[in-house]
Amino acid sequence: MSMIAGLIDYLRGSEKKTALVAKERLQIILAHERAGRGTATPDYLPALQEELMAVIAKYIHVDRDSFKVQLGKHDQYDVLELNITLPENRKL
Amino acid sequence: MAKVIVVTSGKGGVGKTTTSASFSSGLALRGNRTVVIDFDVGLRNLDLIMGCERRVVYDIINVINGEVLLKQALIKDKNCDNLYILPASQTRDKDALNLEGVGRILDELKESFDFIVCDSPAGIESGAFTAMYFADEALVVTNPEVSSVRDSDRILGILAAKSKRAVEGLEPVKEHLLVTRYDPKRVNAGEMLSVTDIQEILRIPLLGVIPESESVLQASNAGNPAIHLEKSDVADAYKDVVRRFMGEELPMRFMTEKAGFFKRLLGGA
Repeated sequence: MSMIAGLIDYLRGSEKKTALVAKERLQIILAHERAGRGTATPDYLPALQEELMAVIAKYIHVDRDSFKVQLGKHDQYDVLELNITLPENRKL
Repeated sequence: MAKVIVVTSGKGGVGKTTTSASFSSGLALRGNRTVVIDFDVGLRNLDLIMGCERRVVYDIINVINGEVLLKQALIKDKNCDNLYILPASQTRDKDALNLEGVGRILDELKESFDFIVCDSPAGIESGAFTAMYFADEALVVTNPEVSSVRDSDRILGILAAKSKRAVEGLEPVKEHLLVTRYDPKRVNAGEMLSVTDIQEILRIPLLGVIPESESVLQASNAGNPAIHLEKSDVADAYKDVVRRFMGEELPMRFMTEKAGFFKRLLGGA
């Protein structure tokens, strides 16, 4: 919704129609769910994450929360994505 | 060649059994040899909606287990000459429905029927999966409501990935959207998703719109599929659905508010 339309709605005190809210919510959640389809998280992913984390923890001190393993899709390729946020101001 | 059609939705209570009963009756009324199968093992209800509950002797599980012949379990419909009902078992476990057994029954039915309508249970577990696995076409019954639309999307994903046609790399299952319990008045008021919204989200061709109506309950009370009701929008809507399914091109109806008396008087519609 444009800002002006939003402003008019605000001034009129009317809220967004619920059907529109429903449509927008569905579009967002279904886009997310469709993206996950076909590349359902494999069973080994949690174990892989644990083992990788153990290896990295030997050399670098990282938080559990700053470590993410994801399997995604990029064009036709399945991509295994490792995301580690290194601690700041800290010598490795 | 006989066609297998699954009536599915994911979500419960959206009108799968009502649709299966009326759709199969409509096909039969147009001269097609039709059989409708209840896949809801343990919670059968198609027999009640079709009004043949007191004539159920054997069921699909008896046939799968080889205890009776298929023709012994088929019940002839009271309204249509060309229609038969194959009831689900009320006492067995739903795991008694296995793919291999169901495949055998369908192959046998294909020899003597034009259309095999499979009334799926709700959910995405084995019963629902078995009902959709062999489908050539699917009627995806959807209410204009968020949870129903989401579940329909999920079902479409399963049809596209796990049905027999998908697994064997054949032409995909032909999907049809059927929007039920539609209330144009609430759509106009911005309180309900419109057919266009639902189509935009699910992206499959629309087969028809069934308006919300009190007469559906009256039909189920009496054990007469809604398509047989006289002077009823629901009956007309289902007849349209069947004609479109058979290939006729008909404009959509029941998508706009009925003009009230005064509005008509004033030339509003």
